[in-house]
Amino acid sequence: MSTSAIEAKVKSIIADQLGVGEEEIRPESSFIEDLGADSLDIVELVMAMEEEFEVEIPDEEAENIKSVGDAINYINTHKK
Amino acid sequence: MLLQGKKLLITGVLTPQSLAYGVAEHALEQGADIVLTGFGRAKSLTERSAKRLKAGVDVLELDVTNPAHFPALTEALRQRWGRVDGVLHSIAYAPEDALGGNFLNTPWESVQTAFRISAFSLKELSVAVMPLMTEGGSIVTLDFDNRVAWPIYDWMGVCKAALEATVRYLARDLGPKKIRVNALAAGPLATVAAKGIPGFKTLEKAWGAQAPLGWDARTSHDMVARTACALLSDWLPSTTGEMVHVDGGYHAIGAPPVPPEQEEQGGGGGGIPPSVG
Repeated sequence: MSTSAIEAKVKSIIADQLGVGEEEIRPESSFIEDLGADSLDIVELVMAMEEEFEVEIPDEEAENIKSVGDAINYINTHKK
Repeated sequence: MLLQGKKLLITGVLTPQSLAYGVAEHALEQGADIVLTGFGRAKSLTERSAKRLKAGVDVLELDVTNPAHFPALTEALRQRWGRVDGVLHSIAYAPEDALGGNFLNTPWESVQTAFRISAFSLKELSVAVMPLMTEGGSIVTLDFDNRVAWPIYDWMGVCKAALEATVRYLARDLGPKKIRVNALAAGPLATVAAKGIPGFKTLEKAWGAQAPLGWDARTSHDMVARTACALLSDWLPSTTGEMVHVDGGYHAIGAPPVPPEQEEQGGGGGGIPPSVG
């Protein structure tokens, strides 16, 4: 999967999960501050991404995923 | 297999890191049929976790603050199985102002919410499954030993103490029906639920220094899960009203060990006073 395909997929998962428009989702968007997510949303987002990309995101790593860009980077680095 | 043919209701599965998830995983491996409960917004999370456990594991709606949900649960279980053998109660919640060092200022409304969800819900859930436990049964609740006061825990701690008392009264009233009710007192584990508690991670790390068997978050999850399955099985048949510790032995020890070199230097700063001479 190409980097841009990953980015598009991540954005669509986020839009779906948080009920926000894809045009609002930028790499620098913070899940909590900009996209209105709470801790429960983030836990579910992490699970949704794990399922979509078949990666495992351990808790310690998940804590560092604060923005859309963080998520895209993580997937890019860890996707087999 | 330990739980062959057992019909188990498992609450409290939120993510694969939930303690209840580990219990569900082992229960399935040990031959049990399980059904999970979830509620409100978090139900979709429980459903995701259910799919990872095993295809076809159902999630029933249960908001313990909604009295109508309990008879509905009884009915759903009656139709599904006609009988229930065991229940894992893994439900607790306290509003933010009820823990984390705010003990003296917590308003009644917050305490009331915490009490209802964290302690009273065990009674409600027990009453809901009681008519279906026709061949006896086992009810296990996840606890944090609150016979003593802890840092941070505040009103959640008071509610856990109430939960422990509720276990004893339920054991009294359900014993004649051959239903056992026990609390599993785990050491601190930083699950999604516990992450909401400020300072909890520090407590988790310090635990291992005092526990004779040690305490490691990675392996302790599994130990809690296996002990819960043991309690749900037929192999602790005369144990009820009990608090079973899965804490590395922490509760049996008064203070962490004192390294000998510190003793020679005269201790210094707290702990056991050095002998005079």
